[in-house]
Formats: sequence, C-alpha cells, structure tokens
Amino acid sequence: MAETPVLVAEDLAKSFDVSRPLLQRLLAGEGRRTLKAVDGVSFDIPKGTTLSLVGESGCGKSTVARLVVGLYRPTQGRVLFEGIELEKARANPETRRRMQMIFQDPYASLNPRWRVQEIVAEPIRAFGLAQGAAALRDRVGQLLTQVGLSPLDGEKFPHEFSGGQRQRISIARALSSNPDFLVCDEPTSALDVSVQAQILNLMKDLQARLGLTYLFISHNLAVVRQVSDRIGVMYLGRLVELAPAETLFTAPRHPYTRALMEAIPDLEMTGRQRIPVGGEVPSPINPPTGCPFHPRCPLADARCKAEMPKLLPPPGQPGTIAACHAVEEGRDPAPAPAGTDQRIGTTATAL
Amino acid sequence: MAAILEVRDLRVEFPTRRGTLTALDGVSFDIAPGEVLGVVGESGAGKSMTGAAIIGLLEPPGRIAGGEILLNGKRIDRLPYEQMRRIRGKEIGAIFQDPLTTLNPLYTVGRQLVETMQTHLPLSDRDARQRAIGWLEMVGIPAAAQRVDSYPHEFSGGMRQRVVIALALCAEPALIVADEPTTALDVSIQAQIIALLKRLAREKGTAMMLVTHDMGVIAETADRVAVMYAGRIAEIGPVRSVVKSPKHPYSVGLMSSIPPLDRRVAQLSGIEGAMPRLSAIPQGCAFNPRCPHVFARCRQDRPELIETGTTRAACWLYDPASEKRAPEAVQHG
Repeated sequence: MAETPVLVAEDLAKSFDVSRPLLQRLLAGEGRRTLKAVDGVSFDIPKGTTLSLVGESGCGKSTVARLVVGLYRPTQGRVLFEGIELEKARANPETRRRMQMIFQDPYASLNPRWRVQEIVAEPIRAFGLAQGAAALRDRVGQLLTQVGLSPLDGEKFPHEFSGGQRQRISIARALSSNPDFLVCDEPTSALDVSVQAQILNLMKDLQARLGLTYLFISHNLAVVRQVSDRIGVMYLGRLVELAPAETLFTAPRHPYTRALMEAIPDLEMTGRQRIPVGGEVPSPINPPTGCPFHPRCPLADARCKAEMPKLLPPPGQPGTIAACHAVEEGRDPAPAPAGTDQRIGTTATAL
Repeated sequence: MAAILEVRDLRVEFPTRRGTLTALDGVSFDIAPGEVLGVVGESGAGKSMTGAAIIGLLEPPGRIAGGEILLNGKRIDRLPYEQMRRIRGKEIGAIFQDPLTTLNPLYTVGRQLVETMQTHLPLSDRDARQRAIGWLEMVGIPAAAQRVDSYPHEFSGGMRQRVVIALALCAEPALIVADEPTTALDVSIQAQIIALLKRLAREKGTAMMLVTHDMGVIAETADRVAVMYAGRIAEIGPVRSVVKSPKHPYSVGLMSSIPPLDRRVAQLSGIEGAMPRLSAIPQGCAFNPRCPHVFARCRQDRPELIETGTTRAACWLYDPASEKRAPEAVQHG
C-alpha cells in the first residue's frame, strides 16, 4: 500500500462575508454578500515532495496556505495531516510542531525588538525541544549555520540584516521545531533576484537533507518550475489544472495555463510577438457563470458559459488533470511534441 | 539624431547626521527620440533615484551635488521649482509603480486629463474633453466616452495604470520616465501594459526611461540597458548584448540568477552576499567583495566605463592596462 500523503486537502472551500453594515444593507435593500476565496480545491502532497500553487493575485492561493496550516477554518471540506483531521492533529503539540510556515515579507514577520537568538529559540522553548540554556544556544547556533548565517548573528537584531538574510532567519525559525512539512507563502517575492536564487537553493538543499515536504505558493512560474514536483494552477478560487512540473511546462492543457505562460516576458528575445490574454480577472464576489475563465477564453462556447467543468485527465495525458470542457471534448489545440514552443495565441480584446 | 535626454556625471547626495551618503555617483547616459532605455538593478542600486533626479522630485534631504541633466539641450537640473513644475507634464511625463497613489481619488479621470492638458496646451474645455476621451480610447479603455466621468476607484488595477499612462502622455512630452510601471500588476495585465507603452513611445517618437527590476520586461521592451549597482552604472549597451553576453561580472551574475522558464536547473547560480549599504561602499570597485574575478587593482581604484566591444562596462578586467585580463569565458549559464 502506498504511504499516506503528508497532507491531503479534500474539497476545500473558504468564504468570507464582505457584506456592508446592516443598516446600509437595509437602506439599500440588498442581501449579504460573500466572497468565495477558495472553492472546491483538492490535492495531496506525498512525503518529501513539493506541491506548488500558482496564480495571479486574488486566485485564492494564499487562502489555501492558511487553510492548510489551520490559520483559517474551512467553510467546507477538510484537511488531513498524515491521515488525521487537521483540527484533531493541531490539538496535539507534537503534531503542531511538525508543520510550520514561512511568510512572504521578512520585514514584517520578525519581531524587531527581539534578538535573532530569541526569535529562533522561541519555538524550541515552546515545544520543550532543548534542556538547559547551553543546549538551547547550541541548537540555535546550529540552525543559523544550517541556513548559511553565523552563530554570532544570534546576538543581532533583525534590522541589522538584509532582506535575504532575514528570510534565512525566518527559515531557521521555521526549522527550529524540527518540522516535516513547511508551507511557504511567496518566500522569495520580496527579494532581489540574486538573493532569490540563494534562498531557493537553500530550500532545495534543506529538503534533500531533511526530507521536508513543501507546499509552495508563488505567482512566479519560473521560480515554481525550479522547486516543484507537481504544480497546481489556480484561477478565481479554483484549481484549473494540476500536473507534474515538467508536464505542465511541456504540455500545458488549460487555456488559462497556456495564457499565463504566454504572458511571461522572456529573455530569449526571439522577436516573438507576444499576444497577451485580453481582459482582467473578474471579481470573486460576482464570478461568471459556468467556467470562471470563459469571458477571457479563446475556446469558450455555450457549454462553458453554462456549466462548471470538472477536473479530469485530458485524453491520453493521465498525469494531468484540467478543468476545461474544450480539453475534455478535444476542442483545444493539441499539445505540441516536446521541445517545440508551447505557447498558443489567445484573444487580445483589449489591444 | 540629437539625444532628447543627456545625463552627465550625475551625483546625488544625502546629508545625514553621520555624514554625507552618496546615492548616485558619476551616472552618465543619453536617450534618443523613440528610444527606450531600460535601467535595471536590485533594490537600492539607485535606479529609481536616477529617475527622481531627472524629473526633479528627489526626496529631501537628497540633492543633486554634481553633474548636469539636459533635456533637448537645455539644463534642467538647476531650475526653480515653478519652472520645473511646468516642464513636468509638458516635456517629461512620469509613470509610477502604484496607479492608485498617482491618481487623485477625488476627481474623475476625465477632469484629471483635462486639467493636465489645459495646464500645458491651449485647449478649450470642449476640445480638451474630446481629447481626454481620445486618450482613454488610445490606451484601451472600453466605452471611453462613458468612463471619462468615472472616478479612479471605479477602475481595476490594470485599467488605472492605463489611465496613468494616458495622463503621462496627454501633454505629448518628449520624455517619459516610467518607474516600475508594471510591477504592481498581474502577469497577464503586465503584458498588455508593456505592449501599450512600447507602441505609444514608438508612434509618438517619445524617448523613454524604463526603470524596472524585471529583466524579462527589459528584454522585451528596451533598446538599450543600463545595469546599476551601488549608485553607479556597471554596464550599459544594446539590450541583446547585455542580456545575452553581459561583460561586467555583476551583470553576468544578475543574468544567471534569473530562474529560467524553459528548463529546470539543479542549482541556481546566485551572487554570494548582498549589495553594500550606502554608508559602507567599499573602496575601489563597489562589487569587489562579491566578484569572482577580483584582483588587487579592484580593491584600490574605482573603474570607469570601458569599451568592451558592443557594451561599456565599469570593470578593470576590460582595461588593457590591467595585469589580469578578461578571461575568455565570462559567460552566463
């Protein structure tokens, strides 16, 4: 029997109430308004692998990250950590210790009044993982070394470090409770590109050495390609495609995935005229009927406007699942053989 | 053709209690009509500062301490505030990163366009309004005739940035300074905005300085690129040369740090360390503590830009007088 995945998300949904105040609602004669940030998202993450979620702002990827570590309670569906329901798992400090989170902004996520030593030691103390001051200091020194800092840096305050070094401190703090599972929400988005490379290398290296499992959230497809085993593409709160990392790039199927890849400015300078996808992401408060991507989709037809597509493997591509009627019906342009340019033209309504 | 913008040996200083910090030092470049000069670098390299100095909006106590800025051959770096205000908008258009803070939330976009045009051009109310609608159409706002009376908050982020572009262009300036114009936008919108900016600059023969940290945007938009590091230009040249065969070791490191989209690599090659703070710029070449090719001279003398074939790089490796010469294989990848 296959090993239990470290994390399973089953039909996760999270709604937020964004209604106006009661009095205004009564005066205007309008009802409550809810924003479905995440709607029907399912995935699993096997031990030692990285699942990435990509998408544009407002697609719900960060909400999924927060649901998975228990910062939000799902409106529907459930999260299983090693087969145990999240709420029950998190009641046990021993399990809680094993999941940690790294946030985007290394300036906001470290207490400016604490020395690095105290920041990194807090989880060790909270979980009682070191006996005595000397053992604690040794462990902090070891963690700082592990992320490429010096044990002497423990004496300093966060403001004495650059952005990249602060993100290393965040990683040291996350690792201090010996976790198995890390949720990384845009860990390199606030960093410069030369520093981003250092942090991505560090994260890959730590995964190989410590057997960590990652849920990696990013809007940057190139970054995601470097770190992931599998990638899920999100649009308006839903997963629209989930595929092994290489397959997603060599044979993307969902029209939105293709449009995203098309839109990325590249360094190749082939002189290729990019045809940007037209329109903008619709409001999640009032999403379109049927497939949420249909107003921008070059392949949309009557069925797409009426009926929500299910995540299904495209014919002849069992590793991938895509939520698209056109793919299911074989109406989409076939993925080109490996090695050729995968980008397809999409409609450009705005230009 | 004569350059629209000439920057000569620009130096910007910030007096502080602990001494004067030099934020920009010896920055020189020019931009021809219809040309897009990309300015790249990491945060703190001075790329936005260069743009701010040109449009005369340096944050106090920052001040231009040396060098000159010429627009169409006239000095603009020593002008009184009022005179500079008239040049901004009329001769220099500015586009900033965040469209919401650029637009006045209390006025309709039409009123902001009309006011900008009437400040700089002799137009009747009716003509100005007609032109405002024309500009909104040109930047791709659907139903422009109705939207002209909408307020900024009624537009999405991408649409707001289109309005900002219309505002920057409506007085038909000779130069546009665009500071991270697409950074706040999602990638699918970013592509639309870049295409729009590029098309308008070409059509109107406007010179454009495009400041961004995104090399992909530069590769697709710019004609020439200046790579900045610690307040100086490390390398400047045609976009293809700088992206494909950078000469300065910092440019080489910067290019190879960018995660490739078309393949997975086992190890990304970053640059060790971080850019020095303004208060602690090392002697000699500012990049020398991080440079894989450093030698004695780099720690003593500061290099000026040296011709290296197609680009100019501020690096002693390319000075014929240096005892250690450029290795054959300073290649990225």
